[in-house]
Amino acid sequence: MKNPFDQLDKTLEHRVRLQIMSVLVSNNSYDFNSLKDLLGVTDGNLASHIKALEKEKYITVNKSFVDRKPNTKYKITERGRQAFRKHLDALEAVVKNQKI
Amino acid sequence: MKEIHEYEKDLASIRTMMERSGKFISLSGMSGVMAGIYAIVGAVAAYRMVYYPDSPLAYRIESIEEASILTKLGVIAILVLAASIGTGLWLSNRKAIKHDTKLWNSTTKTLMINLAIPLVAGGLFILILLNAGHYGIAAPACLIFYGLALINASANLYDEVRYLGYCEIILGLIAAYLAGYGLLFWTLGFGVLHIVYGAVMYFRYDK
Repeated sequence: MKNPFDQLDKTLEHRVRLQIMSVLVSNNSYDFNSLKDLLGVTDGNLASHIKALEKEKYITVNKSFVDRKPNTKYKITERGRQAFRKHLDALEAVVKNQKI
Repeated sequence: MKEIHEYEKDLASIRTMMERSGKFISLSGMSGVMAGIYAIVGAVAAYRMVYYPDSPLAYRIESIEEASILTKLGVIAILVLAASIGTGLWLSNRKAIKHDTKLWNSTTKTLMINLAIPLVAGGLFILILLNAGHYGIAAPACLIFYGLALINASANLYDEVRYLGYCEIILGLIAAYLAGYGLLFWTLGFGVLHIVYGAVMYFRYDK
């Protein structure tokens, strides 16, 4: 059997990134400020994790302006959805292996 | 490599994020109860204007002719609506502060759009009905469209809202069959059902 630890996604090992992905799989799109409130993290922290996910092409960014204020929305990509699912399976396997 | 319990925490945080991000949890149960009470007060006022001195259970055959009564009914309806929305916003905002979240976010926005589509369509449809003189079918149409709006928005709310929606639609269809009892069914649907729903939500989630 393959070692489940090898199946874990290095990009998704950070909890904040995992949480961002969790929000985006279950919602059509989500904006920066709502994400910040939900996760309870700082602007800079969230921005850096979002950048990492964007670099992996796990999410797409859509910048627009509402009443001249920037309104940035994020969506998960198909690639991101698959990576998230695979990481989730690996997490489950890791935890299950431990229990036996 | 992280500790095993760290991975378990990862899994748990995924679950809470998926749930919390998609649901509007700040909606206060007590605001449902208050909306129900306002609806009953409004219905009693409307009854005194339209039916009195007939019993509220009497089947009404003649329809409302005088324009002045219609205007007064409209004013009552707007007052009930404004009071319900106002109380709902106030109590939900208080609950949001208690839970350390914001009332207005992506989820609330989606929720409002999903609610608004059947409500606006239904509202316009009812205005057209009233304009054409079909007063008897207005109250059932209110209930049916309101039920549809609740079901449409229930993806972003607690599950109980969907059942409230089903009940409103069933009540609306019965009311449409018994068109003369419009006010009675309206009171049941917007008054009694809201109080029951609000009380259930209050005891399940707010206490």
